[in-house]
Amino acid sequence: MRRLVFLLPILIVAVLVAAFWRGLDPNRDPSALPSALVGKPAPAIDLPGLAAGAPRLDLAAFKGKLVAVNFFASWCLPCRAEHAFLKQLNAEFGVPVIGIAWKDKPDASRAFLAELGDPYAATGADESGRTGIDFGITGVPETFLVDGNGIVRYRLAGPVTPEGLRNVLAPAIAEAKR
Amino acid sequence: MIPELGHYALVLALIMALAQATLPMVGAARGIRPWMQLAKPAALAQFAFVAFAFLALMQAFASSDFSVAIVTQHSHSQQPLIYKLSGTWGNHEGSLLLWVLILTIFGALVALFGENLPPRLKARTLAIQAMISVGFLLFMLLTSNPFARLNPAPFEGDELNPLLQDPGLAMHPPTLYLGYVGFSIVFSFAVAALIDGKVDAAWARWVRPWCLLSWTCLTGGIVLGSWWAYNELGWGGWWFWDPVENASFMPWLIGTALLHSALVVEKRDALKSWTILLSILTFGFSLLGTFLVRSGIITSVHAFADDPTRGVFILALLTIAIGAPLTLFALRAPTMRGGGLFAPLSREGALVMNNLLLATMTATVLLGTLYPLLLELTTGGTVSVGMPFYAATFVPLALPLILLMAVGPFMGWKRGDVRGALQRLIAAAVAAFGAAVIAIWIKTDGPILAPLGLFVGVWVLVGTVIEFMERIHLFEGNVARIWMRACHMPRAAYGMSLAHFGLAIAIIGMTGAAAWKTENIKVLQPGQSLALQGYDFKLDSVGGVRGENYLADQAHFVVSKGGDFVADLYPERRQYLVQPMPTTEAAIRSTPLADLYAVIGEPDGKGGWIVRVYHEPLVSWIWFGALIMVAGGLTSLSDRRYRVGAPVRAGAAQAAKA
Repeated sequence: MRRLVFLLPILIVAVLVAAFWRGLDPNRDPSALPSALVGKPAPAIDLPGLAAGAPRLDLAAFKGKLVAVNFFASWCLPCRAEHAFLKQLNAEFGVPVIGIAWKDKPDASRAFLAELGDPYAATGADESGRTGIDFGITGVPETFLVDGNGIVRYRLAGPVTPEGLRNVLAPAIAEAKR
Repeated sequence: MIPELGHYALVLALIMALAQATLPMVGAARGIRPWMQLAKPAALAQFAFVAFAFLALMQAFASSDFSVAIVTQHSHSQQPLIYKLSGTWGNHEGSLLLWVLILTIFGALVALFGENLPPRLKARTLAIQAMISVGFLLFMLLTSNPFARLNPAPFEGDELNPLLQDPGLAMHPPTLYLGYVGFSIVFSFAVAALIDGKVDAAWARWVRPWCLLSWTCLTGGIVLGSWWAYNELGWGGWWFWDPVENASFMPWLIGTALLHSALVVEKRDALKSWTILLSILTFGFSLLGTFLVRSGIITSVHAFADDPTRGVFILALLTIAIGAPLTLFALRAPTMRGGGLFAPLSREGALVMNNLLLATMTATVLLGTLYPLLLELTTGGTVSVGMPFYAATFVPLALPLILLMAVGPFMGWKRGDVRGALQRLIAAAVAAFGAAVIAIWIKTDGPILAPLGLFVGVWVLVGTVIEFMERIHLFEGNVARIWMRACHMPRAAYGMSLAHFGLAIAIIGMTGAAAWKTENIKVLQPGQSLALQGYDFKLDSVGGVRGENYLADQAHFVVSKGGDFVADLYPERRQYLVQPMPTTEAAIRSTPLADLYAVIGEPDGKGGWIVRVYHEPLVSWIWFGALIMVAGGLTSLSDRRYRVGAPVRAGAAQAAKA
């Protein structure tokens, strides 16, 4: 019994190493997770506008256009990192980005956008996190491509990076535009 | 030519390391003295080769030799010289070379100053250290050659990431690595002792200075990183529980536990197998950090470029470096006999509590860091673990530990007098209650953390002072006698008092900064102002400035309070010439009570600027407290008994005989 206790450290290390080994699988892309939503209609979005005096955010208003729905929060560090590239998504690929402040105080989200600049075509405040649940997000940031028919075409879990834009999102956008 | 020589020096270092890893080990097993003695010249030569390679790389950066690939990727001819030099370790390959350099520095130091170590232990320790070198040199030569050339060479480089162009980067990685990698030598000592099958008070005494040195550097490195984030990132924060911050914090936590448990081995000959385990795990966490940062397995703001082949290689290294010693541990440790017995309520008992709490805290941070990965692998879901998790798990473990910190030093070895200890701490309790009441008075509806944090902070602060005064019998005898006693007190005792005192100061600072931070954001036209905590920040003007390799908008704030002038602040928003990434340069006015922190954001296009100001109470206490902790570590290190290379001769002689 006493010997078993001394075996414990090596057993824990073995489990961790096995997990890391699976994590290093080159086919695993930590930021591209399949979503049950891909190929299905996007959940409806009906949220209070984030900017002061803005109208309610309704996804239906964007019907006929390919849009990116980006969930963010002022408390989320990777959201700061991806922020600069969201503008690029709009400027280079002509995809308007809809921003949803998830589980965040509207004041804090507004301050976040005031500080870094507002890359979004429209913004909504999902303070309760309800819309996030509808989309099945597991954290922020996450970005969904929704085509003109309201069908979810791609889901990116994690921040938008320059490499991600080029290698992952660009093909997904081209595919969705077809 | 010089880069090729550097590359060649690395190959020679690898050959040296191979010799050092094998011959002395065999020599120690068979009692062949010359083979054992080979470890010393091999360690010195290995250090010399790696140092040559490092200088060669630095030379390539200093002279902007763009035919070297990583110089092109991370430097620019217009960059200030200091950032050209610090760019040497501002990338994966260069920082790995720094890593190996420090590994060989510690090997060379033991070779030079370990004259009093038993020859067998010394040979084995250096051999183990060389095995780590072999792994990392292979890793560097096979997957991450810092000297890879470009042909044709470009005329200009891509510039160092602007965020890294800060004096912080010049100091933070070398200091951090000294700590991080320094624990490798403690690890080598522990594995050598496991092979030897003997751990005793003398062993603990030999290991302690290395442990102290690494701990001190790690403390300094972590705080420098935190200070850099506070100054450079412009987010007004100093700790984000980012996976990479955690990667350096876990070795610190477990290393702190080790520092305390080694004390028990040294004084009381108990907790031996536990101390060996901690020695292995501390360096294990350093390796884990290296793996997490460089494999791209976890998303973080700090991560280097990710490359799965590198990840596999480090994982293999990690598995061998940790797996083999832990297997040996499982075989050998059960037979180790503890010496001293002790009652649960004693100095040893308190140190055991300290160790249990620190180990649990480490496990908590490990869980928080790896949970997103483990969940993703098992269920496919992703989460991000942040501040709330650590506030709910880490803080409740830290509070009892800090409470205990004041009591422990009053407890006697073997059997302690808890009542007596608590009686002597009455003044500390009174002061702590006072502080908590003041905290509530300052802000009645503030978070509960504020009074709790101040309570424990002041409790340790006063408790440490009382313990120090009792030790020198401050109120007995005349001044000359007290002075004598103070002079004769061992430096290690001063070190402990300073380190505990420093941590108390830092805890008070962290509490204040976390609980009472306030901020205000507004779009201001020049001439307008905004208010925060009674201060009036007037935006006087915004003008263009040109730095060596950037253009910046520099704002001028006039800060006043109640009409009286307080300070001028000049935050900048920089646009570097090569990399199109704006960075903020916060302007900070530091006072003991609070920092005023101003950042300027984007222009709104209508003549106004987005302006953000923070009022950060007590932040400077964190830096000041950490500085005292480092001073405590250095003081303890200078203790005659532990002086590097001068362990007690009697112990060494005995061990040599045995």
